[in-house]
Amino acid sequence: MLTLESISKHYEDQPLLDGVSFSVGLGETVCLLGASGSGKSTLLRIVAGLELPEAGRVLWGGADLASTPPHARDFGLVFQDYALFPHLTVFENVAFGLRMRNQPKDAIASRVTEVLGIVNLTGFASRRVTDLSGGEQQRVALARALAPRPRLLMFDEPLGALDRSLKEDLLHELRAILHRTKIPAIYVTHDQEEAFALADRILLLHEGKILRDGTPAEVWNDPQSAWAARFLGVGNVVEGVCQASGSKFQVETNVGAFAIRCKHGHAEGETVALLLRQADAGGTRVRARVEDVVFSRERFKVTLRGGLVVQLTSALKVGEEIEVAFRAECLGHA
Amino acid sequence: MSRLADTKDVNQKAEGSGFSLLKRQRSRTSASRLLPSAFLLLPAVLFLAVFFLLPLTRILAFSLDASALTAANFRRAFSVLRFTFYQATLSTLLTFLLGLPSAVLFARFDFRGKSLLRALTAIPFMLPTVVVAAGFNALLGPRGLFPFILHLSSFLFPPPSFQFSGTLTAILVAHVFYNTTIVIRIFGNALTNLDPRLEQAARTLGADGLRVWTRVLLPVLRVPLLAAGLLVFLFDFSSFGVVLLLGGPQFSTLEVEIYIQSMQFLNLPMAALLSIIQLLCTLAFSILYTRIVTRSIVPTAPRPSVARRPKTLREKIFVSAFCLLLSAFFIFPIISLPLRSLTRLEADLGQRGEVRYGFTGDYYRELFVNRSGSVFYIPPIEAARNSLGYAAATVALSLALGLPAASALVRPNRAAKLLDSFLLLPLGASAVTLGLGYIITFNKQLPITNYQSLIASPLIIPLAHTVIALPFVIRTLQPALASVPERLRQAAATLGASPLRVWQAVDWPILSRAVLAAATFAFTVSLGEFGAASLLARPDFPTLPVAIARFLSQPGGLNYGQAMAMSTLLMSVTLLGILLIEKARLPGAGEF
Repeated sequence: MLTLESISKHYEDQPLLDGVSFSVGLGETVCLLGASGSGKSTLLRIVAGLELPEAGRVLWGGADLASTPPHARDFGLVFQDYALFPHLTVFENVAFGLRMRNQPKDAIASRVTEVLGIVNLTGFASRRVTDLSGGEQQRVALARALAPRPRLLMFDEPLGALDRSLKEDLLHELRAILHRTKIPAIYVTHDQEEAFALADRILLLHEGKILRDGTPAEVWNDPQSAWAARFLGVGNVVEGVCQASGSKFQVETNVGAFAIRCKHGHAEGETVALLLRQADAGGTRVRARVEDVVFSRERFKVTLRGGLVVQLTSALKVGEEIEVAFRAECLGHA
Repeated sequence: MSRLADTKDVNQKAEGSGFSLLKRQRSRTSASRLLPSAFLLLPAVLFLAVFFLLPLTRILAFSLDASALTAANFRRAFSVLRFTFYQATLSTLLTFLLGLPSAVLFARFDFRGKSLLRALTAIPFMLPTVVVAAGFNALLGPRGLFPFILHLSSFLFPPPSFQFSGTLTAILVAHVFYNTTIVIRIFGNALTNLDPRLEQAARTLGADGLRVWTRVLLPVLRVPLLAAGLLVFLFDFSSFGVVLLLGGPQFSTLEVEIYIQSMQFLNLPMAALLSIIQLLCTLAFSILYTRIVTRSIVPTAPRPSVARRPKTLREKIFVSAFCLLLSAFFIFPIISLPLRSLTRLEADLGQRGEVRYGFTGDYYRELFVNRSGSVFYIPPIEAARNSLGYAAATVALSLALGLPAASALVRPNRAAKLLDSFLLLPLGASAVTLGLGYIITFNKQLPITNYQSLIASPLIIPLAHTVIALPFVIRTLQPALASVPERLRQAAATLGASPLRVWQAVDWPILSRAVLAAATFAFTVSLGEFGAASLLARPDFPTLPVAIARFLSQPGGLNYGQAMAMSTLLMSVTLLGILLIEKARLPGAGEF
């Protein structure tokens, strides 16, 4: 449906987006995950037509949208701080897009009532938007974007300004709504929990490029780069030196030596990044002294000498020496 | 002068929250300072009671007299009121016609020379009305540059009939020239600070460019829009010099009619009646304005939208066309004055034979000459000397009254807070009304001076100008005085400084800039003030604006040229003053 072809854009002479290409299929929710300042929002604005790319094309069903102004694209956009119209009521805000499409009055009224029902705001129609709480305002923003039945929905960090429990509730509802309406969606966030909870597909954006494109499970199981593994917090990332060339070799790191099988093909003496996942059975055992213990959600986050972090169920004392097993994967040249 | 008053008011609103915080902090010490505080306020309060309230009550008494309340008077007053509303409405509409696109230009686009162009559009607001009238006269008047160029080119095509002075158009154009900056400032700033995502949301929801404006931007910004409109209307409504000097005898606004009734028909009861009508209207607008401004709900963005360079062809055409239009509209009348003051385009009075066109310094030289047979029996430069004297007296008097009053208001007790609003009252009254009040009130024999009455003495003008300047002086000094932290004073004292040394070392360095700004402000206000002076200046002691107005209406190239020369001088001094105020202004203290 939506296809982006090598979109590029500079910001203050720095490349912000550098040949970004991807597509969004029917009924698919794609999460664009990246650190702040990575150009995620700019990419959304380019899709919406609010900004023009310096190079590349935005296509819908194969047709180039370059000459289609934002108001004719029929894409809904939900903003981080809602951008509700302060001079209009909840009803009028939600009806805005329908009125712009010159729909008949009674059709507008019934659609607004329907959409307010979807976002659990029945009975809020005549309220002033300035009197609503943050969560309620975000629901209005969502209803406003949903009402005209856009062919694509875009979310720009929509839950960024909300507190944790509210965020989880809304995330749950949003997931249900997206599944029910089957509107393809692009969801931009820097919060991996949101991304994993919502996405059919995750795109990792880093330094203007898409580093990884896959389902949440694929991305988690095989982050494929040191940056992605660190950003997602998959496990410990350490650097080490290859002791032999080929696809099967030893890597010497400051926390120990690990046997690696990989398909990259490295030279002897090359520095590579390794992902060390804590293993329940098997793997390479590492002995180290405990340096720090922090309680975190039913577990203890234990920092070992050398900087390795492991999750353990029992409390340890700082200074104790323990043995932990790790599975090592090669993340490529460091 | 009320034109300056009300922008000040806008800024006051914005600072409101900061002030209240300050007041709460100080309230602890207020009880112990009750006595000195009242003592410091007393001179200013007494002064305003005698030279502002008393004349106003006398006007009120006069207007309630049977000789004022006649059917004929009411008929005349009604027709004047109708024209006043009519021209003010037209002027306001035209001001928005130019001001709204200009506001969009400055809020949305970046281009070379932007800050310069913005400053240029703000200049007229500070210029004396006579200077603006003379500027338009020099450009478009019957003896101006443009008709002369038309005349020169008449061998190419028959000269089209062109008339500017004495038309409604002239009044409207000058009003637009004056007040466009209000729209640019109030509406433009609101547009700049508006959350840009509102517009983006509207566009993604299907609103095209036009509907983004009509359905979102204009409704959301209706408060600043209304505020700007009301302010522009208020200034147009109470405009005096422009209407009198550019409109000619057939156009009479309330202000002009007050002047004509009191100076030409000597019908003081009628003038008083008109003054009261004028005061009531101004009061109504001010109340409306205050109510509107306090109800603002404009959502501002944490990061306001940044202006950008024009990209599409349409944007480029819009930006270049409006830059050109604005520069031409604001530069030509200003530049015409010095140009016309240096060129001879017509015969000097009584001169026969060929007129030699060309550049000349005669008009400036002539300012120092006492021509026998001329209408004036003093050289025109005397008017400049008078004005400088009046301005100096105004500065001295308003600082002498304003400094103690402002320092008392920094730590106000309840009584002082009441007096605070009393001290701002003169902002609402027009200068012409003030002049009329003085004529009615201060015509009695004075025991101490050798003048017949106060009205006949040269002192009357600085007194009137001080009433006008005092609110500005106090409002300029007050934030500066409040910005001196008490802890600095205490630190200096514990380090062994005596109270005098504390004042010298701590207060004065911070205060001196504000005093300079306030003094310059009082000075330029007095120098350019026309409304009160036109009623109060004695024929043998004219002020510069009064002399300019008279010379403008005299026949003969020499008189006209001297009006141009004097206007150029007045404009230069005023511009210098504006520059000085801008430099001396404390960051965060009220702007004008």
